Amino acid sequence: MSVDTTSVFAGVTPEPGAAKPDPILVADSVRRQFGGLVAVDVIHAEIQRNQITALIGPNGAGKTTFFNLLTGFDEPDGGTWTFDGHSVGGTSAYKVARLGMVRTFQLTKSLARLSVLENMRLGAGSQRGERLFAGPFRWLWRGQEQDITERADELLARFRLDQMRDEFAGNLSGGQRKLLEMARALMTDPTLIMLDEPMAGVNPALKQSLLDHIKQLKDEGRTVLFVEHDMDMVHEISDWVLVMAEGRLIAEGTAAQISGNQQVIDAYLGAHHDVDLGAMDDQEAMEKLGLDADDLGVEALAHIGETARGVGEPEGSA
Amino acid sequence: MNWSLIVWNALYTGINAAAAGYCLVASGLNVHVGYTGLLNFGQAGFAAVGAYAFAIPVATYGWEWYWALPLVFVASILFALLLGLPTLRLRADYLAIVTIAAAEIVRFFLNSVRFTWLTGGSDGRNQFTGFFQDLNPLENNARYKLGAQSIDGYRLFMLFVGWGLVALIALLVWALMRSPWGRVLKSIREDEDAARALGKNVLMFKMQSLILGGLIGSLGGLILSSQQQSAQSGQFATTLTFFCFTIIVLGGLGRVKGPIVGTIIFFFLIQLIDNTLEQATRRDKIPEWLVDQNNYGQIKFVVAGLALAALVVFRPQGIFGDRREQVFDVR
Ligand SMILES: Nc1ncnc2c1ncn2[C@@H]1O[C@H](COP(=O)(O)OP(=O)(O)OP(=O)(O)O)[C@@H](O)[C@H]1O
Ligand SMILES: [Mg+2]
Repeated sequence: MSVDTTSVFAGVTPEPGAAKPDPILVADSVRRQFGGLVAVDVIHAEIQRNQITALIGPNGAGKTTFFNLLTGFDEPDGGTWTFDGHSVGGTSAYKVARLGMVRTFQLTKSLARLSVLENMRLGAGSQRGERLFAGPFRWLWRGQEQDITERADELLARFRLDQMRDEFAGNLSGGQRKLLEMARALMTDPTLIMLDEPMAGVNPALKQSLLDHIKQLKDEGRTVLFVEHDMDMVHEISDWVLVMAEGRLIAEGTAAQISGNQQVIDAYLGAHHDVDLGAMDDQEAMEKLGLDADDLGVEALAHIGETARGVGEPEGSA
Repeated sequence: MNWSLIVWNALYTGINAAAAGYCLVASGLNVHVGYTGLLNFGQAGFAAVGAYAFAIPVATYGWEWYWALPLVFVASILFALLLGLPTLRLRADYLAIVTIAAAEIVRFFLNSVRFTWLTGGSDGRNQFTGFFQDLNPLENNARYKLGAQSIDGYRLFMLFVGWGLVALIALLVWALMRSPWGRVLKSIREDEDAARALGKNVLMFKMQSLILGGLIGSLGGLILSSQQQSAQSGQFATTLTFFCFTIIVLGGLGRVKGPIVGTIIFFFLIQLIDNTLEQATRRDKIPEWLVDQNNYGQIKFVVAGLALAALVVFRPQGIFGDRREQVFDVR
């Protein structure tokens, strides 16, 4: 963590819904229910501009659903939110993206029968040739296309996809598709980029350089919000961390502050109270969380199911 | 067996004016299904709208062609809006259901007794092709030799008009699909949420695609009826749509030349099978219990269906498709 970062969050109390000095995204009472299951119920959340914020939580916590709501891919049962001063609740997904709030998907969406390069070019906004009546006339969009291609090639090189440039995206490996999706999102020149598990399936050697890219995004003046289960990564690059469990925001703080938070540990290890976490230091506990998150999440999910059927009490409500 | 006649017949069926009409209808469908992934099962409806929007005003109300032709465009755009507005935001299957229903509604309407005053009912509409006849530099009623075929000047002219139009449309589709506009359509075909996430107004692009493909289909319907000098509701049954699906799958979905190659091969094969069976049954070359003179007409579709099934299994990318596209799992 750099020094200036600490200063930005210096006056911020590490508690759920904490106010930030310069929030780019502010959400209020965002709620989404699937049948009897409350997937998201966020009372207040703020994301600080030009910082890297992590959103963590066990499987089924509602992180992806929260992303879907914020970006217009799902409709909330209630709630409002603003992005960069615009009220964007109820705005269609494409308009949200045009405002500069661009997301990637947990289940990668590569456009299989387009080449990697075409995937990238698609990301560029304001291409004149995307208008029906300009399309047939190449001279109207050719110059622009060249600039776009140049930008795409730079990004592809940065994400080590340049040798795959002319392949169909469907021929990429799972990890390469993740990279492509992230690079493609960057083609839109987003102000806020929201990454849903960008590291899942990316090999360790590349992970490190990806981390550097994400840090570089911050240097470019962008804001990053990412969902991640890999606690090492969260520790390494996030300036601030939001923790969700069972749809609610249960904790906030820097990575260091979060790792000692008893509620967070409860949320992750709800079914493992017998494990003596007190005997471990923070680092060790977090490592355990990172390693076991997937495994534990399944049980947490089953537990939510029980709660919905009225069998038990929600664990996180304590 | 007279093989030379059979082959000449099949060749002519593959390239005659009716084939050009089918090819246009299929080209429009290719914009929907092949490029945008819109499952339109009512392309016959667009063709019917195109034919009747020209035939009715000219035959019933004596309009000039230059007023009727714009009406073809207007009616087809309206039809696209009518289909698209309620369904394009829904899942793909809804469009399929609505389009097939709409096309059948159009056909029943055209065929209904109540509206005979307007549509001609089961007689259809005739005497609306004066425009093409006047335009024809050939003698409309003279006979012309085309290989072993002898056809009249009108049909021959319509053959050129039809394929000329096919060429123009192919050029337009080619120019559009290499453009960034076409790229957005293809991205919608692959995953419309991905397109949305990149700021593309998916609904608008789908609408544009539906309108463009519908317009091309309407022109196809116009050619189809005009070459017969008669607009008949029977020309626009669901078989038209399904023939066109077969054609674009044969030629390769989402390829400019797909509909052209597909049309020629499809009609060539159908006619070849038909004539062969006809001659064979007439000369008792095939046992009666298998195929007789009364049912060979149906058998050609059975054979064509089997051929199509084999094609989809062994060459899913179409006859001239790119093998690479099929290497990976698309879904
Ligand atoms: N479309 C849906 N219909 C019904 N339930 C859903 C739907 N989408 C999500 N859910 C439920 O909402 C809850 C939150 O799901 P969500 O995908 O947001 O979790 P997540 O935090 O992203 O988990 P993970 O870390 O596993 O990706 C889960 O219990 C899930 O079963
Ligand atoms: Mg998720």
